[in-house]
Amino acid sequence: MREITIGQYIPGNSVIHRLDPRTKILITFAFMVLLFVIDDFTGYAFPAVFIIVASLLSGISLKYMIRGLRPLVVIILLTFVLNLFMIKGRVIYEVGPLDITYEGLHQGVFMVLRLVMLIVGTSLLTLTTSPITLTDGIESLLKPFSRVGVPAHELAMMMTIALRFIPTLMEETDKIMKAQMARGADFSSGNIVKRAKSLVPLLVPLFISAFRRADDLAMAMESRCYRGGENRTRMKQLRMTYADLVAFIATGLLAAGSLASRFIW
Amino acid sequence: MPIVVKNLTHIYMPGTPFQSVALQDVNWTIEDGEFWGLIGHTGSGKSTLIQHLNGLLKPTSGEVIIDGVNINERGVNLREIRQKVGLVFQYPEHQLFEETVEKDVAFGPKNMDLPEEEIGRRVREALELVGLNYSEIKDRSPFELSGGQMRRVAIAGVLAMKPKVLILDEPTVGLDPRGRDEILREIVRLRERQNITVILVSHSMEDIAKLVDKIAVMHRGRMVDSGTPREIFRNYEGLSSIGLDIPQITHLMLRLKHQGKDVSTEVLTVEEAEAEILRAARRKGRA
Ligand SMILES: Nc1ncnc2c1ncn2[C@@H]1O[C@H](COP(=O)(O)OP(=O)(O)O)[C@@H](O)[C@H]1O
Ligand SMILES: [Mg+2]
Repeated sequence: MREITIGQYIPGNSVIHRLDPRTKILITFAFMVLLFVIDDFTGYAFPAVFIIVASLLSGISLKYMIRGLRPLVVIILLTFVLNLFMIKGRVIYEVGPLDITYEGLHQGVFMVLRLVMLIVGTSLLTLTTSPITLTDGIESLLKPFSRVGVPAHELAMMMTIALRFIPTLMEETDKIMKAQMARGADFSSGNIVKRAKSLVPLLVPLFISAFRRADDLAMAMESRCYRGGENRTRMKQLRMTYADLVAFIATGLLAAGSLASRFIW
Repeated sequence: MPIVVKNLTHIYMPGTPFQSVALQDVNWTIEDGEFWGLIGHTGSGKSTLIQHLNGLLKPTSGEVIIDGVNINERGVNLREIRQKVGLVFQYPEHQLFEETVEKDVAFGPKNMDLPEEEIGRRVREALELVGLNYSEIKDRSPFELSGGQMRRVAIAGVLAMKPKVLILDEPTVGLDPRGRDEILREIVRLRERQNITVILVSHSMEDIAKLVDKIAVMHRGRMVDSGTPREIFRNYEGLSSIGLDIPQITHLMLRLKHQGKDVSTEVLTVEEAEAEILRAARRKGRA
C-alpha cells in the first residue's frame, strides 16, 4: 500500500524545488503536449535529456523515479504488446497466428518511451512540489477564469484537503486491515464474491473514520471563521524569479529543438 | 508457547527516501504465563515490535519464533499463529464494523470456522470477561456505546479467539482515569482467570509498574533494558535520560534515600512504601 511513490512529495531545497509552482505546472503541461506532438525517435532525445537534467538538478535519483513506474508496469507492457501485434506491415517474426511487424516493434517501443517519459516527467512535478504549493499554483492559474464561473478557490481547497488526507487514509487502511487480520480476516484469497465480502470489515470502519475526520475538519475550519476565498490573503505570496525565467527559456529551447529536429534529419 | 525474538531488525520502506529503521537488533524471550510490560516513548518501535509477534509484519532481518515456528519460513500458517497470539491494536474501537455487538465479537471465532454453538459460547464468555453484561449489550449497535464500552467490545473480539498470548497496544490511551483503572484491573483479572501470557504496551511507567512481572524498555528501535520492575528502576538515571519516568512513589523513596534516610528504593506501591518507611523509622528508633 505504501509502496506507491507516484505523486509523492519528497521535501528538498533544490533549484527545482524552489521554482514557482506555476512555472512547474505550465512547463509540465508544455512537456506533455510536446510528447504527443513529437513523432520520431530523434525528437525524443530532447525531452529525455530534459528529464535527466531536471532530475539531476532536483537531487532525486532517476532510479527512484523509475521505481515509481512499478505499479504501472502492466499498462506499459500491455501498450507494448498491443502495438507489437496489432500493427500491420513488414513481418519480421511469426508467433502462431500473430505477426510481429517491423512497424509494430517501432511503434511499440515508441509508445512505451512516450508513456514512460510522460509518467516520469509529471511525477517530477509532484515529487518536487509540496501539495500545498501545488494547489496554490493551480488556484493562481485558475484565478483569471473565476470571472467565467470557475470556482478557483473552492477547487483548490478541495484538492488541498484531498491531498492532505490521502496519506492519512492509507495509514488508516493499513491499520484497520491489520487489526482485522489479527482477528483472522483474509483479504487475499477466495473468489470475487468472497473477496468483495471480506472488504466489509475494512470499508465500514474506514468510512466511519473518514466521516469523523471530515466533521472535525469542518468544525475546525468554521471555528477559525473560514468562509471561502473572498478577500482572503496569503501568508506566502507566489513570486516568479530569474530561475523561473531560465526554466521557461530552457523549455522553449527544448520545444524548438525537438520540433526542428524532424526537419534537419 | 514461548515467543523468541532474535536479532530482529525492521526497516519501513527500505530503499526509498522515506526509509526508516523502526527496530534494530532486538532480542527478547517471552516465556509461558509471563506478564510483560513493553514501555517506550512514542515512536520507539513498540507497535512495530508487537506486530512481529503474530506475523503481521515480517522481519527485515532476524528471526521471530512463535511456539517453535519461525514466521520467516515459507508456508507458515499465519492464521493459526494469529489465533494463538491475540493482538489488540491501539484504539481497537476503530475496527468495529458489525450491526450488533454480538456479531462483531463473533467475527474472530467465525474466521476460525468454529461450530455455531461454540461461537455463541465464546462470545458470551468474552463479553463477560471484559466486564460487560452479555444479555444487555449483545443486540446493541457497537457504535452507540460509550468510548470505554466500545473498547471493551473490541478487546472481547480478540479474547473470543481464545489466544494463549494476549498483546494489548496502549489499551488505556484516551480513556479517563476511571476507565483506565477499570481496563487495567480487568486485564489483571483476566490473566489470573485464563492463565495466559500477557504483554501490555504502554508509554507510562505509572500504569504498568505495579501490574507486570517484567518490563522491557524500548528506545529508538532498540531494546535498551529488560527485567523485573525493581531491576529496571535501579537504573532510574538511564530511564530519565531517555525521557521515561519512574513511578511517583519510587521517586519519593529515591528522594528519601538521597536525604540520607536508610530506606530501600525498590518499592512500587504506596503500601510497600508505607511499610518500608515505618520499618526504617523503627530501625532508627532502636538505634
Ligand atoms: N507503517 C509505517 N510506515 C513507515 N514508518 C512507520 C510505520 N509505522 C511506524 N513507522 C515508524 O517507525 C517508528 C516506530 O514506530 P512505532 O512502532 O509505531 O512506535 P511506537 O508504537 O513505540 O510509538 C516511528 O519512527 C514511525 O514513524
Ligand atoms: Mg504505537
